[in-house]
Amino acid sequence: MAEARAALLLRRLAGGVARAGFRHGVHPPECKELTAALPIRRMPFPDEVVLPLRQHAGKPARLVVRKGDHVERGDVVAVADGFVSSPVHASATGRVIDVDWWPHPDGSMCQSVRIALDRWSGQLPRPRVVPDWHGLTPAQVVQAVQDAGVVGLGGAAFPTHVKLQPPPGTTIDTLVVNGAECEPYLTTDHRIMVEYAERVHFGIRIMMHALGVPRCIVGVERNKPDAIAALERTRPADLDVTILPLTVKYPQGAEKLLIKSVLDREVPSGKLPASVGVIVQNVGSIAALAEIFETGLPLIERIVTVSGHGVQRPANLIVPVGTKARDLLAACGGLTDDAAEVLFGGPMMGNAVSNLDAPLLKGTTGVVVLTESEVRGREETACIRCGHCLDACPMFLNPSLLGDLARLGRYDDMQKERLGDCMLCGSCSYVCPSNIPLAQLFSASKSALRRNAATAGVKS
Amino acid sequence: MSRDATEPLVIAAAPHLKGRDSTARIMWTVVGSLAPIVVAATYFFGPSALLVIGASCLGALGIERLLGKGGTLADGSAVITGILLGLTLPAGMPLWMAALGGAFAIGFGKLLFGGLGHNIFNPALLGRAFLQAAFPVAITTWPAITVPHWWSLRGDNFALPFMRASAADAVTAATPLGLMKFEHKGTALVNLMLGTTGGSLGETAGLLILLCGAYLAWRRYLNWRIPVSILVTVALLSDALHAIDPARYPAALFMIFSGGLLLGAVFMATDMVTAPVTNAGRWIFGAGIGLLVVVIRVWGGLPEGVMYAILLMNAVVPFINRATQPRPFGPRVVQEPAT
Repeated sequence: MAEARAALLLRRLAGGVARAGFRHGVHPPECKELTAALPIRRMPFPDEVVLPLRQHAGKPARLVVRKGDHVERGDVVAVADGFVSSPVHASATGRVIDVDWWPHPDGSMCQSVRIALDRWSGQLPRPRVVPDWHGLTPAQVVQAVQDAGVVGLGGAAFPTHVKLQPPPGTTIDTLVVNGAECEPYLTTDHRIMVEYAERVHFGIRIMMHALGVPRCIVGVERNKPDAIAALERTRPADLDVTILPLTVKYPQGAEKLLIKSVLDREVPSGKLPASVGVIVQNVGSIAALAEIFETGLPLIERIVTVSGHGVQRPANLIVPVGTKARDLLAACGGLTDDAAEVLFGGPMMGNAVSNLDAPLLKGTTGVVVLTESEVRGREETACIRCGHCLDACPMFLNPSLLGDLARLGRYDDMQKERLGDCMLCGSCSYVCPSNIPLAQLFSASKSALRRNAATAGVKS
Repeated sequence: MSRDATEPLVIAAAPHLKGRDSTARIMWTVVGSLAPIVVAATYFFGPSALLVIGASCLGALGIERLLGKGGTLADGSAVITGILLGLTLPAGMPLWMAALGGAFAIGFGKLLFGGLGHNIFNPALLGRAFLQAAFPVAITTWPAITVPHWWSLRGDNFALPFMRASAADAVTAATPLGLMKFEHKGTALVNLMLGTTGGSLGETAGLLILLCGAYLAWRRYLNWRIPVSILVTVALLSDALHAIDPARYPAALFMIFSGGLLLGAVFMATDMVTAPVTNAGRWIFGAGIGLLVVVIRVWGGLPEGVMYAILLMNAVVPFINRATQPRPFGPRVVQEPAT
């Protein structure tokens, strides 16, 4: 903490502006004013929820209910299949009307549990035993977190309990809490920090206990002064927790870059943050973890931002996991006449959905609706070698060269040019004056490489 | 009133937001930043300046229209080539030569390589190199700055193709570099900076070129490292030579403000297509140009060497790019845990 504070002080003295941070990156319009000041409200329950078994990174959950079963809110419908997996719980009381393939937000189909809500149910969960974190060993905390189905709520949906058990042989000295929220439009984490600052600190306390780390640093972009103030106000005196304001720059919230900004440590290529003694958790995940030890409830609802100029009434809402995009948008007044594209996640890394029946997942940070004027006019022209993509890439790749290689199908050469370091943040595509879809090319190349690797043994 | 959510939605790949820069926007901004220089050239050289620049643009645009793939006229890059080529020509140049140069610049310098983004050499300079080889006399006939009227032509602009130009009525003058090289005479620095000397149309007003370049650099449409690297190299080398023999070698400021160095350093070497994409590469590229300029000017047979210096360095850009790939994110030395 002293180190980070001293570094910040030095930077302040040197530059006037705190240049805490990583190099390169871009400055897309923030567009957060639509929802930044709106308090979190609860969305009324929809008539039906759809729970895909694949909502997290890792192995899909294993089904334990059948068509026709009655489930109470909070009951398990699918259990974790192995350690790097996470269970799925019923987000509402009702009847399982189907277990079948259903549109997934990523564009594929996924085995999902459809629950028709019980009209007369009060939607109250069964009475629960709230675990007392003081008495739990780190291993018991890990188990409790896995049983509650908590995954990274910042978008990647990596099971939280896996991060709480760092690989043997590594020493973790810092817990970094990600409150950067650098994606335009999204204000989910912002509102959590403002309204649930105490819960965030409670979650930090449990996590520090489970990990046995001596200090915690919360990184928050400077465009959220009320969040910084709220966290400072509620900061516990007995813990080494620092709230660190960060430069407003995309992608500040990317794990490796956040660690660089906060601690000035660089995670080696292909390694986890644990290799430099750090665990990163998103503030939303921390708050969700705290809830287990406040209410005993598993992760059955989450906070999302519904925003964009294509939606009638932007809002920050508490939404049951599995709510269909159609129901969520209807709760926000529906789409405007010029709405054109519906995104799950933010506009930089989120994906467009083709079917509004796709349900909200645990990892869905928001739903953003762009208008026709925002999506039109992207004709691709020849690369003029301006090099702006090299100046934008926070991982110091050469997107121009990688793009050329992708077009030639030279995926193995792309791997030599460190395609693996690309996190698909889209900064290169954002700045490209020729509208070359670089991030899309890289995403496709990564898939091609995965496919080649998977079929390598079969062909030979 | 809300839209029915069953209508088709746009499905595009991330990122869904896009910065405001586009190729056409960059190119037309460069054209805009060249406008003051064209105005200055017209002020110094009269209507001849507009005629020559117009002719070379016409040649460039004509061939782009004729041979280019559809829609490339609007991206503005042919206009830049035409203006830049025009600015490197003397005011008395016959218009048909200027037009031919513009056509060559785009046809051979750009379209033959596959169009915008694929050319290796700066098209405008390739056009000028062609004109220098084809019409060595016309391209080195520098009209005098002082003429009876501002509106009088500075030479036989309307000469017909392949007719001997009636050079008799043109009053010629040497350029500052020519004076220095062949007669060992200097030119006042203030004249070099303001542009009241002989020379090509756009190369005389040094301060104005720097100003326009600074604007482009501020807009990030021009990488400042390239001109800075060129000018610093030229200044250091010529200062060193000047210290050895002040009578033979001119001082740094004279070197920088004379001839086409500023126009070349600011507007030609920084052409995005033909310059390196990495920052380290840009420093090397600029230093190479600076070195070649001094070598050609001091020891070569020509008084001026900017054109060949840039073209030669253009040729090695792919190697510079390959040698200066960015440093990977992550520790320099990955320490493998001891087993």
